[in-house]
Amino acid sequence: METTQQIKVSYDNKIVSYFAWATVIWGIIGMLVGLIIALQLPMPWLNVHEYLTFGRLRPLHTNAVVFAFVGNCIFMGVYYSLQRLCKSRMFCDKLSAIHFWGWQLIIVSAVITLPLGYTTSKEYAELEWPIDIAIAVIWLTFGANLIGTVWKRREKHMYVSIWFYFATFIAITILHVVNSMEIPVSLFKSYSIYAGAQDALVQWWYGHNAVAFFLTTPYLGLMYYFLPKIAGRPVFSYRLSIIHFWSIVFLYMWAGPHHLLFTSVPEWTQTLAMVFSLMLIAPSWGGMLNGLLTLRGAWDRVRDDSVIKFMVVAITCYGMATLEGPLLSIRALNKVAHYTDYIVAHVHVGALGWNGMLAFGILYWLIPRLYNTKIYSRKLMDLHFWMATIGLIFYVCSMYFAGLTQGLMWLDMDAEGYLKYPNFLDTVLKLVPFYYIRAFGGFIYLLGAIFMGYNLVLTAMQGKLEANEDVLVDANFNLENGVEIKEDENEGLHRWLEGKMGLFLALVVVASVAGGLLELYPTSLIEGAKNHKIVVAPYTPLELEGRDVYIKNGCVSCHSQMIRAIAAETKRFGNATTFAEDLYEHPFLWGSKRTGPDLDRIGLRGYNNTWHFKHLMEPESTSKGSIMPKYAFFNTNMIDTSTTATKMKALRIVGVPYTDEQIDTWKSNYDKQAQKIVDSLKKDGIQTKTTSEMVAMIAYLQKLGKHDAIKK
Amino acid sequence: MNIIILLLVASLSVAIIFLIAFIWAVKDEQYNDCQTPAIRMLFDDEKIKNVKNNIESNN
Repeated sequence: METTQQIKVSYDNKIVSYFAWATVIWGIIGMLVGLIIALQLPMPWLNVHEYLTFGRLRPLHTNAVVFAFVGNCIFMGVYYSLQRLCKSRMFCDKLSAIHFWGWQLIIVSAVITLPLGYTTSKEYAELEWPIDIAIAVIWLTFGANLIGTVWKRREKHMYVSIWFYFATFIAITILHVVNSMEIPVSLFKSYSIYAGAQDALVQWWYGHNAVAFFLTTPYLGLMYYFLPKIAGRPVFSYRLSIIHFWSIVFLYMWAGPHHLLFTSVPEWTQTLAMVFSLMLIAPSWGGMLNGLLTLRGAWDRVRDDSVIKFMVVAITCYGMATLEGPLLSIRALNKVAHYTDYIVAHVHVGALGWNGMLAFGILYWLIPRLYNTKIYSRKLMDLHFWMATIGLIFYVCSMYFAGLTQGLMWLDMDAEGYLKYPNFLDTVLKLVPFYYIRAFGGFIYLLGAIFMGYNLVLTAMQGKLEANEDVLVDANFNLENGVEIKEDENEGLHRWLEGKMGLFLALVVVASVAGGLLELYPTSLIEGAKNHKIVVAPYTPLELEGRDVYIKNGCVSCHSQMIRAIAAETKRFGNATTFAEDLYEHPFLWGSKRTGPDLDRIGLRGYNNTWHFKHLMEPESTSKGSIMPKYAFFNTNMIDTSTTATKMKALRIVGVPYTDEQIDTWKSNYDKQAQKIVDSLKKDGIQTKTTSEMVAMIAYLQKLGKHDAIKK
Repeated sequence: MNIIILLLVASLSVAIIFLIAFIWAVKDEQYNDCQTPAIRMLFDDEKIKNVKNNIESNN
């Protein structure tokens, strides 16, 4: 028989409240940045300053929403539910505090560095290497706190939510470490150690699983805890929740390459990913139905209680997004939707619907509980629900239409096999009305969130935070002869150390495996290059610096460099991008959204230097109606060439075959190539400097597609 | 595409961790009872202040 004993426990509510307020504040900031970039598309004059251009703000928006808003919400929910499920205070208050402040500091550093142009350009992993290390440290702090609390738990059974939290910790640790392998050049500049198609595969293995293990599994854990609590009834089927968990964690890891259909990654990996993606429908829908059916017999409460309304819409959106995702991974549908705003709609069903709505529901339930009071205004909460729902519908529907419109226009060919819309800009300008509708939807959604912030602050002010909630729990675990094991006793200490040893051992194993692979990797890459029939000449120093200007300004946010093997696409942009061409692309710049045309072969299209100059200075001067921001600052910003040689050396370490001579003579080579461009511009009466970003950018753009392939 | 080897190792190590966790969970009899955990989590713990109040009111 199990023995139970009543034990006094003090739950830490203060840390929960910290994370809750951080969720509210970062949520509003993240959505505000989202609104700004949504408006920048139809109104390019809003790109008022170099630091505030679309390309630099977009990663700020995604990072703020994913890691700041959703991240803090996850921690809020985990810290609240874990203590109650384990019937134990968080393992260590100091770790909780380090975790909280460290995480906020990382977000602040993102807010500063991303607009300044310090970016790796890998989506959802844009932050530069020192911040990557900080993320790893803080993440492990969270993990130690999580594992420690579960170790000390007083309830033997681990509720399904705890499993979801564990999966989150384990998977994100490995994803972050593998994807963030980069070789530093300076304090805020590094290159991915992987290149081209290989980098793409790592990035989307990460990107897809970040969605899986950061935006989905922890949130499912929250759903399985907060939904039954809020509704006051047990989850529909506990057995199903366990099946949901194990099938999700075993299936998700293999679906990443569905982001790379028709590209130069091996076709079998694409097909494999497609199959796994389709299989994911089963557990996802099992989970959604499990959530919705929890409310069976309580649907009348959906009518009256906005907290439950938020939960219902969130879970429904989870179901919609997880059906849509697998469908989008089918080649026939992916062909139309990929690179278009359809994907933007898809992720916002997840972000605004699933993540946002669930966060709102939990906040409205939790804040009054933490502050021992009732919600300040139920009416305002009801209003917020409708604003969020209607904002979501405006946002998502407009982007669905925009995406389908553009995707079909790209593919449309006439009876003779010519493109119906050969001018790319025509397909963009069609979207402008949709962009306004989307911005309107986003504005309503943001306004609702601001109302929530106001409502929650007044709720907190009318109550008082119960920083430490003292309770009596029925303990049935970590007892010896019916007596609680105390930490200060030798035995307790021993158990505690054992727990830490396990953690350390696991970390050592992970670190050594990663380290070993890191050492092995570059050599294997160079040998890989030898196996290809063509060898690509690496970028010249000037082109390399131009490429870094391209990275710094987030050009990849709107321009792809991957021509998919689809007839309509090769007709429009040239031959499909090959694996060998990208062998030295550290990092890959394939992009995932094509608001502007693909640039992979832009150098072959016959635009001269003057055209590029004019286009970058004032896009409308060459392309009437263009919505691209003006990059006039390229002409006044000078390139810091003090690290050019270091960059070449760093790239050589990861496999780019720069010779000693090329590195030693980089300066004369740079000046010579830059001078040529300056001279050609001078003929058209344009003044530039050889060290300007403009000249480097033009050199890079002119190089794209001309790979100087050497036949072996 | 040597990267596939690295990704396989990384993904498989995650999968193996999960597999070990699954086997442990089954052996630890975590899944023997699939009914009461869903109900037990619904009960809030007794607040100590309330306990005192109850005792006082009983007296």
